[in-house]
Amino acid sequence: MTKTANVEPATLSLAVSNDPVENTAYITDFSNDDPAELRSIYRMMLLTRRFEERTGEMYTKAKIGGYCHLNLGEEATVVGLMSALKPEDYIFTNYREHGYILARGVEPGRIMAELFGKDTGVSRGRGGSMHLFDIERHFMGGYAIVGGQIPLATGVAFALRYHEQPGVVICQMGDGTTNIGAWHESLNMAKLYKLPIIFYVVNNGYGMGLKVENGSAEPELYRKGCAFRMHGERVNGKDPIAVRNAVQRLRLMAQDDGEPAILEAVSYRFRGHSVVDPARYRDEEEVRRGREDDPVLRFAQNLLDAGILTDEIMKTMAEAIEQEVAAAIDFANSSPDPQIEDLFTYMYASPVANMPGPEDALEAARIARGEF
Amino acid sequence: MPERTFLEAIRSALIDEMTTDQRVFVLGQDVGVKGGVFLVTDGLYQQFGACRVIDMPIAEAGIVGAAIGAALHGLRPVAEIQFADYIQPAVDQIINEAAKLRYRSAGDWTCPIVVRAPFGSGIHGALYHSQSTEALFTSTPGLKVVIPATPYDAKGLLIAAIRDPDPVVFFEHKQLYRTMRGEVPDGCYTVPLGTAAVRRTGRQISLFTYGLMLHHSLTAAEQVADEGIDVEVVDLRTLYPLDRETILASVRNTSKALIVHEDNLTGGIGGEISALISEHAFEYLDAPVRRLASPDVPATAFNEALEAHFMLNADKIAHALRELAAY
Repeated sequence: MTKTANVEPATLSLAVSNDPVENTAYITDFSNDDPAELRSIYRMMLLTRRFEERTGEMYTKAKIGGYCHLNLGEEATVVGLMSALKPEDYIFTNYREHGYILARGVEPGRIMAELFGKDTGVSRGRGGSMHLFDIERHFMGGYAIVGGQIPLATGVAFALRYHEQPGVVICQMGDGTTNIGAWHESLNMAKLYKLPIIFYVVNNGYGMGLKVENGSAEPELYRKGCAFRMHGERVNGKDPIAVRNAVQRLRLMAQDDGEPAILEAVSYRFRGHSVVDPARYRDEEEVRRGREDDPVLRFAQNLLDAGILTDEIMKTMAEAIEQEVAAAIDFANSSPDPQIEDLFTYMYASPVANMPGPEDALEAARIARGEF
Repeated sequence: MPERTFLEAIRSALIDEMTTDQRVFVLGQDVGVKGGVFLVTDGLYQQFGACRVIDMPIAEAGIVGAAIGAALHGLRPVAEIQFADYIQPAVDQIINEAAKLRYRSAGDWTCPIVVRAPFGSGIHGALYHSQSTEALFTSTPGLKVVIPATPYDAKGLLIAAIRDPDPVVFFEHKQLYRTMRGEVPDGCYTVPLGTAAVRRTGRQISLFTYGLMLHHSLTAAEQVADEGIDVEVVDLRTLYPLDRETILASVRNTSKALIVHEDNLTGGIGGEISALISEHAFEYLDAPVRRLASPDVPATAFNEALEAHFMLNADKIAHALRELAAY
C-alpha cells in the first residue's frame, strides 16, 4: 500500500527562487515601518559592508591570519535577522559571523581586535575570526566545526523552556550544514519537545565549492523539516525587510506556541568561501549578475525612493562608518597580544591539580623570550 | 550505614543531587519510563517527572550537544550514553565543543555537564557492548575523566562530577553494577575529583589500576602476599588529570610499578603513567615499568574463550606481579 504525506508544513514566502541571482521581489512599501528603524538597518548593513571590506584588506596586509570568512553580499541576510531579535534571545552562528556580532551591538574595535588575535578581543585572542563570543549580549559564538552549534543551540532552547523564560534561540548555519547528522537529530528534538528555536539557514548557493543541489537531495532546504512536521519558509535574503518580517513572525510562533521553524534565506556571497578562496567553481557571468544586485545599494535606493534616506544622510553616515571602522582597526593595531603567562588560563573553571599552572606558564613565557 | 550495590549507589547520587538542586536533570535513551537499560535511573521518572528525566531519541551527538547547550544556560545536565561503545557519535560534541568552550570564550562560558556511560567486557556483549573508551578522552585538556571502583566512590564521585563546573566523562563498569556491594551513606557527600586512593599498602610493587580491575588486582595482591610479595594497590579513580603525587610517592616507596587496565595496551592510560614514572622517578626504579592490559585487538570477540582471553583476571595479574617481583 502506498501512503502519501498529508502534512505540508512548508510554505514559500514571496516568490523566492532557488537561484539567488534570480530573486527580484523586494518589499518597497515602508508605510508601516518606523523610518528611524529603517535607517538604522541600512546603517548596520553599511557598517557590515565596510567592516568586511577592511577586514579583507587587513588580511592581505597580514594583520589577520588563519581562516577568515566574510559576510560581503550577505548584509541583508545578517542585519534583517538581527534587527528582529530581542535582548533575551540567544544566537549561535557558524564561522561566517562578523556581521552578526556587529549587529548584536558589540563594539567594532573588540571584534577587529579578536580578528587580529589581540588580548582586547571578544575572546581575548583565543578564538579569532571564527569563534566570536559575547556573554552579555547572548552571542553564543561562532563555530568552526560545521554543525557543531546545532545541538548546543537546541540545548539552550531546552533550557529556556526548562526555566520557563521568554526568548528564542536563533541557530544560524550555512546551506551545507543541513546535510550533517546533528542537524536532523536537532530538528527532531526541537519539534518533539516544542522548543523555542529558529534554524536560520543562509543559502548562498554553495557549501564551500559544492552547489547546493549537488550536496542535498532536497535542494529546497526549508522543506528539510517536513520529516519532522516542522514549519519551513524561504525568504529573499537580499531583502532585509523580508528577512526581518519573517523572523519576527517565526519568533513569536516559536516563543508563544512552541513551534520551531526553519527559515531559509537565499543569499549570495560576493567573494569566495574564505578570504583566500578564488572561487573558480563559480562562472564569471553568475558572479557578475550576483554582484550587480547588491543588497546594500538596492536597499539604499529603495529608501531613497521612499524618501526615508537622502543623499546627505547617506554621505554623513558613510563618513561616520568609515571613521568607526578605521578606529576599530587602530584599536586592534594598538592593542596588546595576550600574555604567554595566560596560556593555561581558562582551561577549567575551578583550580585543578596536575594540570599546567602558573609555574608552567612562567616557563612558557621564558621560552617565548628565548631564555632556555 | 546502608549497604548498596554499585548501581544503587549511582541511582542514589542522582536522586539526592536532583532533590538538592533543581538545575540537575537526566537525559538519555530510555532513562525515563524504562528506567535505563541497566535500570540505573529506575524510579526517577516517577519521582521527578518527564521534565527532569528525559527520554531522548537515539541520537548521541544530539543528546550530548543539547546537554552542553542546557549547561550554557545554567542547568546541570547528566547525560547517559547507553553503552560506552555508543559514545563515538558524540565525540565531536564532547571533544570539539564541551572541552573547548571555556578556553575559546576566554572564560565567558563554562560547561558543567556529566556524560555517564557503562563500559567494559566480561558480559558476552561482543564488539559493541564491551568497549573501554576512556583513552579517547584522557588526552583532552578541558575534560575530566572519572572511573569509580566502589559503591561509596561511585556516589561521591558522581555528586562531585555533577557539582564540578567543567565537563566530566564518567565511566561505570557494567560488571560492577550488581556484583559489587558496599556501605553507601544516605544524603549527599562528595569524593574529590583528581585524587587517587591507596586501597592496599605494600612495600615491594606499586600496582596502579581503576574500575573493575581494582578488585581483580586486590585479589591478586592477596594471592601473592602468601608468597612474600608485598603489593601496594592504588585506585586511580580520576584518569584525567592523573593524581601524579600519589602515583610518584607510591613508586618512590616501592621501586617497582605495574599498571593494570582493561583498555587496550597501546594508547591506554598505562603508557602515560609509565612515562610519568620514567620522567620523575627513574632513579627510584629497580625494574622496568610493566603494563598489563587487554590485547590490541579491535574489540572484544563474542566467543566465550576469546572473550576470556581478552579479559584480565586475578590469575593473570598475580602472574605479572610474580614476574615483576622476580626481576
